Amino acid sequence: MSGEAGFFTSRLDEAIGWARKFSIFQYPFVTACCGMEYMATACAHYDVDRFGAGLPRFSPRQADVLFVVGTISHKMAPVLLRIYEQMAEPKWVVAFGVCTCTGGFYDNYATVMGIDTIVPVDIYIPGCPPRPEYVLDGLLKLQAKIENQHETGERSAPEPRPEFSV
Amino acid sequence: MNAEALIQAVKDRVPQAVESSHAFRGDATVIVRRESILELARTLKDDTAFQMNFLMDLTAVDFSEFGTKPSPAFFASSGVPVRPPEATIPVEDPWPGPPGSWRFVVVYHFFSFALKHRLRVEVPLDEDDAEVDSITSLWGGANWLEREVWDMFGIRFRGHPDLKRILMYDEFDGHPLRKDYPVKKRQPLIGPIN
Repeated sequence: MSGEAGFFTSRLDEAIGWARKFSIFQYPFVTACCGMEYMATACAHYDVDRFGAGLPRFSPRQADVLFVVGTISHKMAPVLLRIYEQMAEPKWVVAFGVCTCTGGFYDNYATVMGIDTIVPVDIYIPGCPPRPEYVLDGLLKLQAKIENQHETGERSAPEPRPEFSV
Repeated sequence: MNAEALIQAVKDRVPQAVESSHAFRGDATVIVRRESILELARTLKDDTAFQMNFLMDLTAVDFSEFGTKPSPAFFASSGVPVRPPEATIPVEDPWPGPPGSWRFVVVYHFFSFALKHRLRVEVPLDEDDAEVDSITSLWGGANWLEREVWDMFGIRFRGHPDLKRILMYDEFDGHPLRKDYPVKKRQPLIGPIN
């Protein structure tokens, strides 16, 4: 559809994208210490409400951005996948902190080496934990991504994960 | 009671249980035969001389690779030079060293709120028959601790009401804190192996 969109639909896409990017209802999936930095970002000093992301929802069914904050273990992985599946489209996923991006400094029997092995990830925010400025930068990048997304939900495929061996 | 008096008291009350003992910087340790652990624990709890009403911790150690090589878990990939294990235990440290041919040691820490003394009890176990009596009948708090030791080390507790995994999932194969568990082994529940 994107190639042959007429004037009206492309304007509509733009309007919806603009509206969506300032109405981020996030679901914070907080499992570890990154949660403190998430709270610091959410509170008054850094104030994610400035970017329209000030209302965390406590049900994935009401949320459209999944913030995965903290280490995900193999035992937790099915729960995370289920939370992701419970969210309604359109939905986005933010990997908050290195543990969710790559496994971080964990390399053991218990830890998932990056949540992108389980769910598709839109924005990676590295850091251990990431500073609030990082988080806000990631949030702005997410907003840009949301704005450019088509009304159909069509989006570019996630970047393939490079093969690596241990 | 100070450490030496505590050890002496244990030896007086249950002489057949104590295999050896040592005290280091005020902390008493008795090494106990596994047949006697339940009897010793009951004495420690009920005897007015001990009044050990608090089980501080219950854990285990796998000595199978003790002192033979540095842990590969942290340093192999990083290239950080590792200090080799010390050849001898310093003379001022009376720790008697690893428990000889025994592979596992189950460690109990008891504390008395009333008398403010603390005792460490160690039970050495063999690899082929890693089983010891459960003390859940005396301290309810031992329930989850024993389940954790079972989960991580594969040591069974005889008489435990519900001995199943507590940290890992049921599908997990093996006991990850055993030294022969492969460091690189991954058993994901979902998703690709990573």
